[in-house]
Amino acid sequence: MTLPPLRRPRSADLTATFAGFPLPSGLELPPYRRRELFLLGYAGILATAALAALTLARDGTIGFQVFTYGLGFFSLWALAHLAVRRFAPAADPVLLPVVAALNGIGLVMIYRLDLAKADAARRAGREVPTGAAQTQLVWTLLAVVVFILVLAVVRDHRSLARYAYTAGLVGLVFLVLPIAPGIGATINGARLWLQVGPFSFQPSEVSKIILMIFFAAYLVNKRDVLSVASRSFLGMKIPRARDLGPVLVAWAASLGVLVVQKDLGSSLLFFGMFLVILYVATQQASWVAIGLALFMLGAVVAHSLFGHVQIRVDGWLHAFDGENPSNTSYQLVQGLYGFAAGGITGTGIGQGSPQRVPFANTDFIMASLGEELGLTGVMAILLLYALVAARGIRAALGAKDPFGKLLATGLSATLALQVFVQVGGVMRLIPLTGLTLPFVSYGGSSIVANAAIIALLLRISDAARRLEEPVPDAPLFDPSAVSESPTQVVKTT
Amino acid sequence: MSTPIRRVAIACMILFAALLVNANWVQVGQVNRLKEEPTNARQITERLERQRGGIIAGDEELAISVPVDDEYKYQRKYPAGQLYANVTGYYTLFTAAGLERSEDVFLSGDDDRLLASRVTDLFTGEERRGGTVVTTIVPRVQQVATEALAGRKGAVVALDPSTGAILAMVTSPTYDPNTLASHDESAATDAYQGLSTDKNQPLLNRPAQQTYPPGSTFKLITAAAALSSGRYEPDTRVPAPDELTLPQSTTVLPNFDGETCGDGETDTLIHALTISCNTAFGELGIELGDDAVRAQAEAFGFNSTIEDFPLQQARSIFPNDLDGAQTAQSAIGQFNVQATPLQMAEVAAAIGNGGVRMKPYLVSELRGPDTKRISRTEPTVLSKPITPEVAAKLTTMMESVVTSGTGRKAQISGVNVAGKTGTAEHGDGEDPHAWFVGFAPASAPEVAVAVIVEDGGGELGTGGAVAAPVAQKVMQAALDTQR
Repeated sequence: MTLPPLRRPRSADLTATFAGFPLPSGLELPPYRRRELFLLGYAGILATAALAALTLARDGTIGFQVFTYGLGFFSLWALAHLAVRRFAPAADPVLLPVVAALNGIGLVMIYRLDLAKADAARRAGREVPTGAAQTQLVWTLLAVVVFILVLAVVRDHRSLARYAYTAGLVGLVFLVLPIAPGIGATINGARLWLQVGPFSFQPSEVSKIILMIFFAAYLVNKRDVLSVASRSFLGMKIPRARDLGPVLVAWAASLGVLVVQKDLGSSLLFFGMFLVILYVATQQASWVAIGLALFMLGAVVAHSLFGHVQIRVDGWLHAFDGENPSNTSYQLVQGLYGFAAGGITGTGIGQGSPQRVPFANTDFIMASLGEELGLTGVMAILLLYALVAARGIRAALGAKDPFGKLLATGLSATLALQVFVQVGGVMRLIPLTGLTLPFVSYGGSSIVANAAIIALLLRISDAARRLEEPVPDAPLFDPSAVSESPTQVVKTT
Repeated sequence: MSTPIRRVAIACMILFAALLVNANWVQVGQVNRLKEEPTNARQITERLERQRGGIIAGDEELAISVPVDDEYKYQRKYPAGQLYANVTGYYTLFTAAGLERSEDVFLSGDDDRLLASRVTDLFTGEERRGGTVVTTIVPRVQQVATEALAGRKGAVVALDPSTGAILAMVTSPTYDPNTLASHDESAATDAYQGLSTDKNQPLLNRPAQQTYPPGSTFKLITAAAALSSGRYEPDTRVPAPDELTLPQSTTVLPNFDGETCGDGETDTLIHALTISCNTAFGELGIELGDDAVRAQAEAFGFNSTIEDFPLQQARSIFPNDLDGAQTAQSAIGQFNVQATPLQMAEVAAAIGNGGVRMKPYLVSELRGPDTKRISRTEPTVLSKPITPEVAAKLTTMMESVVTSGTGRKAQISGVNVAGKTGTAEHGDGEDPHAWFVGFAPASAPEVAVAVIVEDGGGELGTGGAVAAPVAQKVMQAALDTQR
């Protein structure tokens, strides 16, 4: 009697073939990577279809180069996939394809806006500006490289916890860098960038991750102290100040820097990020209460102190009143007009006029997508983000070490919060703050930093999904063993 | 640690749920409101790509869309340049004004009344086209009124008293809407910037959008209130001193140029109007009381605006809570009384029309792309501010103004003209505005006019000298074309 070949060994063989490396221990796994490759194919098809729709709308025909670009895009992310096969074979198979899909949608939209800009320049007889899409493609390549490096270098995420204080310091230095004369650059009224040649880089994106590592590591160390050695006050447990000292100092410092740099979005993001980690680490809801109270206080103080905060709040509350929408809410309202033009099904890629919205390929890219892909596209994109957050938190739940749990939760929640603050701002749910839409917006630091976040989540997920104990060496395929025993031989967790 | 992590997960999902609900709210719930925001230029762009309907007056095309070879298939053109700018308004890449704005839905072809032709277009594969808006403007009258103003700042309105149709509506200075309709964005923006910051306000439609002190033309309303009270007839003698010291004040209200009315003590109402005696009407205002004058003014349309009027309007004002001195000044159209030229034309038209005030309208017909008539404006009565008897008496008094009073320059040979001049003070050191309102022929009017020449009352200037000749030409032109 001949049995059909088992999938599992083939999957393992494929990994070995690709990586040319002996398999890591504990690899009796379901075909995660094959699923990932399969889903990545979908992401490739999605991006290719979007590009095809764009060229069809513009030129009336679809050229062969569309497929070349599509294949190129797929190959780029396939590199990341190979790295996962090699370095994190048990990791979640959904995260990478979802990220690739988001990146593909973003790239096509950035390219589409380039075309609109070029058309406008040609009509006005001006010089055609260099496209943002090429730059973004370079950044995407860099992001994939960083993704691979993070997976390759961080073989065990727990090792990161050792660098807690170093990370805290580096994170703060990164935050302060743009203020330094010479390398700092002010773009759109906020001094958040480092300028090197044509490339500008926003270090706060990176310090977001590094500070997260510091907080997770520090709080894991102090976790017990924090939840035990605390005083009770009004039914809530208040930890001792000295245990929290370093956290509070870093927190205040980062917020202070952000306030000085006028980066509202990042301030909000850091605030939320610390709150989440603190809550998960101490398991005390009092932190949420204290945090929200601090947030309220900070919001009121910031509103009364800073003109730029007042402008944002005024533009949000009174978007259509008084001198608006031509004054403080101009961008926001132009974005809303874009969403309205899209309606439920959208105008179709290349058939709307998203270039009317200022910052259409960065902060307002969601409005561009909302116009051309409609509510349907917006909801699909939001669900992709929700999927990333959900998968990240699943990795946190599965992680066996507190540091991994904390880090994965923090990273996932930060991503969700960033999407909320970003899209909520653009769609007038909350005041508009300047944040990028992860993986989609034009901007190098954002995609590189977020690729690193995904690499870390995959690393934690990989650790979570591996077996506790290495499986003793056994033949992968023993027909007699199979025929004489119940078919289930592998324990999957 | 699992419990707090799960809670964080739930919090994250709540955030996403909020975003999803909000996205539905913006892209479905709010979609129409956002699309109809006046600053939403997207709608305009979308409609720029269609053949927009024309705006016509008689045989003349005021606004047309011609095919062009650029990204917006059609260019809006205004063949007469400045002549009808305040009526048509403009249709630019960014915004619209005037009839172009108020009739946009019809002109662009989105109006439900064009549904039938849209359905046929669906089968014949034709693009959606807009309907044509036919205005009440008579090109000849508009032309003559523009020429008569001769570039001076001011406004002219001509109405058909029996229907309310607006025969001419001129503002000066004005602008060329073609410069704003340019498809060259920066040229159009520059043109708009230049016009909107021009201190002479060329974008302002003075006839409906600008209020002025009506001055002595307001005496018509005071006289109407007096006659309506039943206590006065045109030949009733009223106090008319050379100077009137206003109650509770030391302010003296003089007659124009220190003239004497009647015998220096009293004057008949008809003569007081004929020579525009300030003291007589000041006294009359005090006698009648501010409530009576206000009620009469409001019956003529003060303190309200015309509903569904297609152009922007300012509200003509007769103020509240006046003391004696203020009442006297208000009765001669000074103090804080404000009126648009359109309002004063309505006053003249209502008197000429036997006391029946017709609703002014600018659009007479809407036609489909196939030139078939889709709707037609039926004249409607707005109010009856005075009885036919009072109207007849006022008409006689106004005829006297033109035959033997301040309005002699409005005379038309072979036609009885009724009118009233005004020379309205507005601020120290500035020349007064020159007004004329009236109608012709007096017995069965075919045209009512209001003319204002801003700061027109210079050295010699009075409404009679400056504005009456303009009115005369406009009325003459209207009578010529009506016959």
